[in-house]
Amino acid sequence: MAGFVSSHRGHASHRPDRAHLTEPRYVRWSLTAGALLFLGLFLLLPLVTVFAEALAEGWEAYRTAIFEPDAVSALLLTLTAAAIAVPANLVFGVCAGWAIAKFDFPGKSLLTTFIDLPFAVSPVISGMVFLLLFGRQGFLGPWVAAHDIKVVFAIPGIVLATVFVSFPFVAREIIPVMETSGTQEEEAARVLGASGLQTFFRVTLPNIKWGLLYGIILCNARAMGEFGAVSVVSGKIRGQTNTLPLHVEVLYGEYMTQAAFAVASLLTFLALITLVVKTLVERHLGASASQDVAPAVAA
Amino acid sequence: MFDERITGVRRPDPRPPADLWHDNADMGIEVSGVSKRFGSFVALDRVSFTVKEGELLALLGPSGSGKTTLLRIIAGLERPDAGTVLFDGDDATKRDPRDRGVGFVFQHYALFRHMTVQQNVAFGLRVRPRAQRPSDAEIRARVKELLALVQLDYLGDRYPSELSGGQRQRVALARALAVQPKVLLLDEPFGALDAKVRQDLRRWLRRLHADIHLTSVFVTHDQEEALELANRVVVMNEGRIEQDGTPDEVLEHPATPFVVNFIGNVNIFHGRVQAGRALLGPIAVEYPEHPHAEARDAAGYARPHELDITRTDDGGGLWAVVNDVRAAGAIVKLEAVDEEGQLIQVELGRVQYEGIRAIVGERVYVKPRRVRVFMQDITQP
Repeated sequence: MAGFVSSHRGHASHRPDRAHLTEPRYVRWSLTAGALLFLGLFLLLPLVTVFAEALAEGWEAYRTAIFEPDAVSALLLTLTAAAIAVPANLVFGVCAGWAIAKFDFPGKSLLTTFIDLPFAVSPVISGMVFLLLFGRQGFLGPWVAAHDIKVVFAIPGIVLATVFVSFPFVAREIIPVMETSGTQEEEAARVLGASGLQTFFRVTLPNIKWGLLYGIILCNARAMGEFGAVSVVSGKIRGQTNTLPLHVEVLYGEYMTQAAFAVASLLTFLALITLVVKTLVERHLGASASQDVAPAVAA
Repeated sequence: MFDERITGVRRPDPRPPADLWHDNADMGIEVSGVSKRFGSFVALDRVSFTVKEGELLALLGPSGSGKTTLLRIIAGLERPDAGTVLFDGDDATKRDPRDRGVGFVFQHYALFRHMTVQQNVAFGLRVRPRAQRPSDAEIRARVKELLALVQLDYLGDRYPSELSGGQRQRVALARALAVQPKVLLLDEPFGALDAKVRQDLRRWLRRLHADIHLTSVFVTHDQEEALELANRVVVMNEGRIEQDGTPDEVLEHPATPFVVNFIGNVNIFHGRVQAGRALLGPIAVEYPEHPHAEARDAAGYARPHELDITRTDDGGGLWAVVNDVRAAGAIVKLEAVDEEGQLIQVELGRVQYEGIRAIVGERVYVKPRRVRVFMQDITQP
């Protein structure tokens, strides 16, 4: 290394010459251009199209489309489903993550595998499962009918399907965080006299909060955007069991292109907000991570 | 600079306020017949010993000897498979760690990363039930006092990630002391620190113990640390106690071959015992413990400083060729090879070495002043 540095002394550069370590310029440029082109074609262009189409017939038409009662009802249903699915998965994810990361128990690997199930199964199939389970001929169908509960083709079914497809996100995010932080801080808290709840809220939760938030954001994005599973159990009753993605599809199927895109733009807004929050969280995550590895200040 | 800060500790004068350290009287710990397995691995095998009030006891052993498991069982962080742990005569085997009144300093400190130094130290007080919790002002005062004791009062607002290893160690200690533990347990307290800081902290901890007389148990694999710091040393190996005694007893009267080997350098001479004598090659010593006519395999152990070097064969020793001489410092270290090719280590005082001045390649007569003989265990192959 010393020889290398001294041979470049004439360059008067404060950092080593790295030219020989990177690709030639044309390779770098074509890679960058390729990535940007792909991004523009498959992400930016559709995004612009959504808004262009939504506003194609003017601002008034756009307003009418999104304030139309069925659209508002779809928006509310989407928000409701997310508002139930996200907290439910938050509780489940933290419990599962805690159990998997901090304890050894029989069936642990089975639990880990099951958490990934919604990732592995096609959403349509998970919708079908709920249909078969709670439908009139289903396993639990007679029971819910006897208790006068409507699951399939009603809001409970939509919520169930949403919970199912979005449940791995929180657990998946926090398990690695919990595993790296280990159990020593929890043990320290216990010896210092903290109860289980105090240990969780004062020690465990602050250590996983950013990972948890990231998981919540991903979970929320999935819950609001879910189409396949929800479409099977919803029955697509306008103004009652249509979520935003389903409503968009219904409108589009009825050749109401502008209205479809207007509603789609609502969904896009929700996605964009999620994305912004995610970026902010990531920035904070990066900052706190670099703080953790910051060199210790020598005494 | 660091050195001054910890060694220049002001002794709390004349004694610290009693309420800071002692909720009630000191206590002793009695561990009896404790066993613990992890799967098929036997971590502890029927271990029994007691820690007396005010004692500073070292659990010394190589890694995997079960010493940390034993410490964690005392703290309540592990449950023993068998045996009991008595705190002050009361069975505490099943008591929750939070009700044991112990302070625990973890090997890697386990400071709460998201809390400042002050918040870390205050934690044990803040989580108390409302009725037992001191007021905010009292907590602040206690934290300040403790941080002054560990010489870190100027770092109260820092986060653990901004501290050096030695500073984190002292924060961990202050945090453990904040809850007025009746026993302080330390797991490899200096293991992760560099040699200089370790020396300073060791001296500092000994002085702290002298000041507050808190019953303390620490785990270490470093024999020097154990011998220098502790009043009593419990040497462990493979889940069993090899010896339990004062540092002097362990050093001068090791109970088993393991202890001789583990503590300090030692020369081993193999041979046998028969009819009250041990014959270890050319070395012969009395061994009244085995007066029988039947011969048994045995080994004799002599520390490097227990060997003398002369140029004449006056019996009881063996000839060897000097291989290496390291004359730096007050102790001169020599290596010699005997006629069977075995390496012998000798340490002479400077003055003694000046008297003989053996040089490399010279043939000298090596004679142990003292040999400890242990018969080979018949139960072991």
